[in-house]
Amino acid sequence: MKVSMKVNGVSRDGDVEPRTLLVQYVREHLGLTGTNIGCDTSSCGACTVHVNGESVKSCTMLAVQADGCDVVTIEGLAQGGEMHPMQKAFMENHGLQCGYCTPGMVMAAISILKENPSPSEEDVRIGLEGNLCRCTGYHNIVKSVLAAAKS
Amino acid sequence: MGGSILGNRVLRKEDPKFLTVGGKYVDDLLDESLLAGALHVTYARSTVAHGNIRSIDTSDAASMPGIVAVFTGADLGLTPQPATFNPMVARSALAMDKVRYVGEPIVAIISETREQGEDAAEMVIVDYDILEALTDIEKALTSSIHIYESCGSNAVFDTTALGMPDNTGDAFFEGCEVVVKQRVLNQRVAPCPLEVRGAAVAWVDGRLYQWLSTQHAQGARDSIAAANGLEASQVRVITPDVGGGFGAKIGSYPEEQLLGRLSKEVGKPLRWRETRSESMMALGHGRAQVQYLTIGGTRDGHVTAYQMHVLQDCGAWFDMGAILAPFMTRPMSSGVYAIPKIECRTTSVITNTTPVVAYRGAGRPEATAAIERAMDLFAAEIGMDAAEVRRKNLIPKFDEPHTTVIGQTYDVGDYEVALDKALTAANYKDLRAEQARRRSAVDVKQLGIGVSVYVEITGGVPPMGETAKVEITDDGRAVVYTGTSPHGQGHATAWSMLTSEQTGIPMDNIELVWGDTDLVPSGGGTMGSRSLQQGGVAVFKVAGQVVDKAKAVAARLLEANEEDIVLDRDRGAFHVAGTPAVAKTWAELAVASKAEGGLKHEEMHSVSGATFPFGAHVSVVEVDTETGKVSLLKQIACDDAGKVLNPLLLDGQIHGGVAQGAAQALLEEVRYDADGNPVTSNLADYAFISAAEMPDIQVVHMETPTFVNPLGVKGIGESGTIGSTPAVQSAVVDALAHLGIRHIDMPCTPMRVWEALHGRK
Repeated sequence: MKVSMKVNGVSRDGDVEPRTLLVQYVREHLGLTGTNIGCDTSSCGACTVHVNGESVKSCTMLAVQADGCDVVTIEGLAQGGEMHPMQKAFMENHGLQCGYCTPGMVMAAISILKENPSPSEEDVRIGLEGNLCRCTGYHNIVKSVLAAAKS
Repeated sequence: MGGSILGNRVLRKEDPKFLTVGGKYVDDLLDESLLAGALHVTYARSTVAHGNIRSIDTSDAASMPGIVAVFTGADLGLTPQPATFNPMVARSALAMDKVRYVGEPIVAIISETREQGEDAAEMVIVDYDILEALTDIEKALTSSIHIYESCGSNAVFDTTALGMPDNTGDAFFEGCEVVVKQRVLNQRVAPCPLEVRGAAVAWVDGRLYQWLSTQHAQGARDSIAAANGLEASQVRVITPDVGGGFGAKIGSYPEEQLLGRLSKEVGKPLRWRETRSESMMALGHGRAQVQYLTIGGTRDGHVTAYQMHVLQDCGAWFDMGAILAPFMTRPMSSGVYAIPKIECRTTSVITNTTPVVAYRGAGRPEATAAIERAMDLFAAEIGMDAAEVRRKNLIPKFDEPHTTVIGQTYDVGDYEVALDKALTAANYKDLRAEQARRRSAVDVKQLGIGVSVYVEITGGVPPMGETAKVEITDDGRAVVYTGTSPHGQGHATAWSMLTSEQTGIPMDNIELVWGDTDLVPSGGGTMGSRSLQQGGVAVFKVAGQVVDKAKAVAARLLEANEEDIVLDRDRGAFHVAGTPAVAKTWAELAVASKAEGGLKHEEMHSVSGATFPFGAHVSVVEVDTETGKVSLLKQIACDDAGKVLNPLLLDGQIHGGVAQGAAQALLEEVRYDADGNPVTSNLADYAFISAAEMPDIQVVHMETPTFVNPLGVKGIGESGTIGSTPAVQSAVVDALAHLGIRHIDMPCTPMRVWEALHGRK
């Protein structure tokens, strides 16, 4: 099936099997491997991207469902070599270790602040419940999101 | 340069890549030209926990679309290979006659796409004679059914067979005023690195190239070579970015060792990546001990005897898990306490479950959990405060090596200060007052306070040392080669700090090379919290030796005595003392060294022994006495890992460790049904801890340098887990202590807590 969508600001056309997931399309067809796959039950959130401005676990959506949509992945966040404030906050607060959950975590975190620009620590923790990390104990991820909210 | 960079909070240089385009993990190698045209491997796995294989029918699978080849163990001529520590335990990489756990690989399928392989795996028909599944370690120990028949028992490793003394029973506690016994479960958990296992292979000029998600490329190279009948020099393992390991990616697995052979059969490069469901069944698990504890002492709080018999669940293979109890748990059985008499026997038992491997702490968390639980039980029995009982029994501060009665020698220790720091930071007295208030008010939500004091072993696994090479490029940069292997720890930043400190070369001009066995042929990988004290120290020393070599070259060029040459680290240039205007840069010296093979040095740095970090944790929980739900409110962690290289990285390691420890105490457990089917085989069913269950973690710093290495550093990768697990468990029990509850097994789920409250098992 033909699909066309805007990915990180660029129009991309593709031809996919109907069962192709958005995450597979982004990774395997478009070569945007920053978005990771960490589970097969939509539990971990490593594949979180933005579709029309909202965070979506891209393993829960077919590529064809994203036809005509505006998709942003981790590769599309930095502008002109300048990191997004959330990316900077993760770096400054050591919000990542092995990096595997990081792209999804950053995309989810941006959505949290979009919905609630000044969240409490608890708001952030509940907001990130669908994104799993095994390295950081979440401590510095939560700190990063709160720091980004302030900046 | 204003002083030393060491000890500073330096941000990670690896982060921009991870944050902007993501890491390059093994499944991301889409543009690797050596893998062009690669096919995909899928393993069909056992759906039965224990059974003899009558027949394997692959014909339907082979006729599915896109299937290139299907192989059974017989097709490949595989034979059972003996386990390292007990040759009577033997299995083939693909199960042929017998299956021993759900998830054991049986058939390898090669397909054009990954999805085709998954579909075909569903079509493999295996006919079994089903045998009784022994998933319970205590049942397996006494069962007449033997999972490896030739062993004549499911107990495959025992400290008594190693010549260590057996336990002597109750007679050991003669003269004790108080004796307490408890059976304690240290449950089976899943390491769950967020990146599952994956690999890719290609044959290049007769050599096997294997890209592998591993913690130890050199070890993997050797085991892959052996499995394929190759010399180590015929295998090149290349480690891309690794999305976490936690011990479970130390060795190489049968699925990985077979890939080279399969690639040869089909004449194409291959890729393999397991699914999360496969990973939960076939990546090794951790912990899995049953401990029978007896502790005895005086009514005024002195512990005089401690006895432990550990049953270590090996799972269905004699993997690293089988040796953790005898070689890691037993030596650390005394913990931080001066106990005059200790007996510890361990028995490793095969069961029909996923094999057990190293997992963050690997044998030491189990030792700490045991002695800390025993101290709590003893304290409860004599009616003494848990912190006070600990204080009474701590080994006093020591600067010279101290040997416990079980025979383990610790380097340095100052346990009481760690305990005091943690108690002070927690406002322990105020917490006890609040607890008393809630108890007298009969609040539904009771407060629990748990204290643990621990010591552990880091850098205690051979090789006792590490190789480093530092090479200066013609443009004055440094390339650092290390046998350690990052998977989140921040080696690139840490090793750059060490190199920069010695050479004055800016961090950004230092590149780290690791995990490629052609570029770094020898190395011990990253495990057992060994990296900094062995690999880091090696880099530090070798960088210093490169500076010495550079001074010799500079002396020649400047026509001066070598001892008069100084390195101005602020600008990375060498000059004669007193005449800074005439200087030679690193680049100039590298170019001038070309004739002698360049400006570089390589050396193996050996260490005299392990180090023994220690600390104290305080956990505060709230337990809902109506529902049994536990909320972790606070975690105070005082972890002393010696001199601190970078507090940013240190804190990160502690945080992650604490979360994994709290996860074991409260949530996570791998479970099987009566037939041996895993019921926690994905991240929807397994209670992986999330941000919502974790509190803010309060880290309390303490630095007691070790004399074991010149940097005075110890490991910090596992301490957080070791300290937190017993503290959190203890807090849950403490919340209900006034109701007569003395023990709740981990994980302290709402159901377990509710059952304890209602007197049910």
